Amino acid sequence: MTARRRWTPPEQLVDWLVLFAVLITAWQLAHWWAGDVAMTTPFGTIAYSVKTLLSAEFWPNVWATFSAFLIALALASAGGVLIGGILGYHRLSGEVAEPILVGIYSIPKVTLYPIILLFFGIGIEAEVAFGALHGIIPIALFTMNAVRNIKPVFIKTALVMRLGPRELFFSVLMPASMPEVFTGLRVGFSLTLIGTLLSEMFGSRSGLGFMLMNAIGMHDMDVIMSVTLLLALFAGLINAGLLMLDRHLHRAPVQATMLGG
Amino acid sequence: MRVKRVTKLRILVLIVSFVVVELLCQFGLIARFTMIPPSEMVIGIVGLLLSGKLNEDMATTLSSVGIALVASVIVGFAAGVVIHSFRRVRRTIDPLLATYYSVPVFVFYPIFIVLFGLTDIPKIVIGFLYAVAAVVINTLNGLDRIPPVLVKTGRIMGMTRIDIALRIVLPFAAPYLFTAVKLAIAYSFIGVIGSEFILSNRGLGYSISYAYNNFDNLTMYSLILFILTFVLIINMTLHSWEKKLMQRRGFA
Amino acid sequence: MGAHGELRHVTRVYPGNAGQPPLHALGPIDLDLKAGEFFGVVGPSGCGKSTLLEVIAGLAPVSEGEVLINGAPVGGKVVDGVGVVFQDDASFPWLTVRDNIAFGLRRKGIPEHEVAGTVTDAIALMGLAGFEKAYPAQLSGGMRQRVCIARTLVRQPQLILLDEPFGALDQQTRLLMGDELLNLWRQTGATILLITHALDEATMLADRVGVMSSRPGVFLEIVETGWSRDRDSRIVSETRFGEITARLWTLLREESMKAMNMEKKTR
Repeated sequence: MTARRRWTPPEQLVDWLVLFAVLITAWQLAHWWAGDVAMTTPFGTIAYSVKTLLSAEFWPNVWATFSAFLIALALASAGGVLIGGILGYHRLSGEVAEPILVGIYSIPKVTLYPIILLFFGIGIEAEVAFGALHGIIPIALFTMNAVRNIKPVFIKTALVMRLGPRELFFSVLMPASMPEVFTGLRVGFSLTLIGTLLSEMFGSRSGLGFMLMNAIGMHDMDVIMSVTLLLALFAGLINAGLLMLDRHLHRAPVQATMLGG
Repeated sequence: MRVKRVTKLRILVLIVSFVVVELLCQFGLIARFTMIPPSEMVIGIVGLLLSGKLNEDMATTLSSVGIALVASVIVGFAAGVVIHSFRRVRRTIDPLLATYYSVPVFVFYPIFIVLFGLTDIPKIVIGFLYAVAAVVINTLNGLDRIPPVLVKTGRIMGMTRIDIALRIVLPFAAPYLFTAVKLAIAYSFIGVIGSEFILSNRGLGYSISYAYNNFDNLTMYSLILFILTFVLIINMTLHSWEKKLMQRRGFA
Repeated sequence: MGAHGELRHVTRVYPGNAGQPPLHALGPIDLDLKAGEFFGVVGPSGCGKSTLLEVIAGLAPVSEGEVLINGAPVGGKVVDGVGVVFQDDASFPWLTVRDNIAFGLRRKGIPEHEVAGTVTDAIALMGLAGFEKAYPAQLSGGMRQRVCIARTLVRQPQLILLDEPFGALDQQTRLLMGDELLNLWRQTGATILLITHALDEATMLADRVGVMSSRPGVFLEIVETGWSRDRDSRIVSETRFGEITARLWTLLREESMKAMNMEKKTR
């Protein structure tokens, strides 16, 4: 059996370069198989992406998507942490609510979108609502678990030190639950983004989702591939950053987490 | 018993919610064109099912989900086993797996439509892509947790590697593999129905979208409720199985 | 400097909830804890040892009787001057060793320059020098317990309660930690009550050992060890050590079997 040893940075770098090369090659092969009409080349896409980034029409769409996304994220985070905190603190409510939350989490929320449209009308409110709906559940679930899993011995220690309720909350309960809550926020980030994009793809007149759907209609592969690439890069990079923060907070390696699964 | 009391409370919460929404609709506090009363939704579902109008859509959606599910479980499981055996590959792929779900898989849907046309294939692929990572991650998770001491016990007993794999590794990792399948089912549904919704020409998701565009609230809500109930029942059943399995092992 | 503790006819009954009958966990207990003494508590599992500690510390209320520390009733609230080291690792994973130990002092509002000096002394005393900036996750179980002990000590408690603090450690480390504990006891002059399941540990460390019965726990007997204050782990080789330990086991053996049967019945 191979002995466990730490991978040195040069080895890691080689691994990532290899991964990168494999992905690019697979992409190029897919292009040769599918033809120009169906898929653009890696280099062509990158070139077009750069052109897109520099174009004037691109940024208003980005702004449309991200303003909706950020509001949705704020709502999902605040709401999720609050709900999760209450459910974690009050055992009975938490036990009653958990399967309900898990159930909502597992259904294809896309099917709820028409309901949201009927209630909010087409516009940014519906996007925000839909995005927030996606994010609030995992944040609530993770926060609930974080609060539940605070080691009782921490609270006892604080009691022995005669800490008042405010001090108990800010110097013990909050830091103790922070790593887990942060994981929830990280997952919520990705899901809220998905929700916002989805709502745009279905019914919107601006934003990146709209750009994509529009491009399908016009069979514009360049736009489709480059917007997809830019979105994937953005989401991937931000998530990688959040993941590193997550590991740091946990002060231990974090395995690839499921979406709360 | 405490457990039963929690269940009773939960059912009470759900019934109360149902009644509240029903009353809000019946008394016009929620406009009819926004939402129809839940009771009418239920009647609508029964009507649709009995009339057989749903059959074609159900067949499309369920068959797509089924294919995506089977493919993702087989490929995901195999990939998980392979990745687990080669530590270097694991280290390389790990960042990909960790950030996999941060990229909205649906953004690739347009690409597949262009590639395969507006058939069932793009949504199956999306369902597959959505589910396969969950299977891989949970397979890896399960294989990770096998205490080396169990494998050592097998070797001391003189078991062959295949024997150990089948009689020790597999049963031990079973609850995690179960989790993997449970998630694969949920995600296949999300992937397929979501795709049908965004752009498709048949299937349950498509029918909802069609009903919406035609201001047919009755059909729309009935379908939505039907899908939600259907998927919910499946997921909750699997979830409680999973809990029992985990509890027996002392994990829950 | 050590606090004087008194338990008068103390009982603790956990109220039943949702269909479970009330649980008579502890008592009646009568105990006179002499100022500055080292008191050991041994007993079978489930006998209420931890409950005893919680009641003395003021973490749990009594159902009957009263707990007095230095003459003042405790009344279910933690009084000043009590320190507790728990069985579970209570080191805060989000703080460094230094910040962990300083935590209690900072909460008291002690000025920072004083805190720094006191913490440095405690770190040296507990053999944690060089690990100030480390996080608990990087330390072994024994080191983490030392952090918890240090955190308790810097507040200069007059009564220190320890609940199986060395439970997770191997025998040899335990003996050495016992030596350290005796040192601290002599230096601070505090009253110490230590709960342990290891009979030899109780024999070595304590001036008196209270032997508890199975649940509901009462004191069957309080055994005097009569060691001098200067003792250390080398007393294990004395004849009297074996006699005292044997006496403890004679008292405990039947109670332990009773406790095991009780456990079988509840399955």
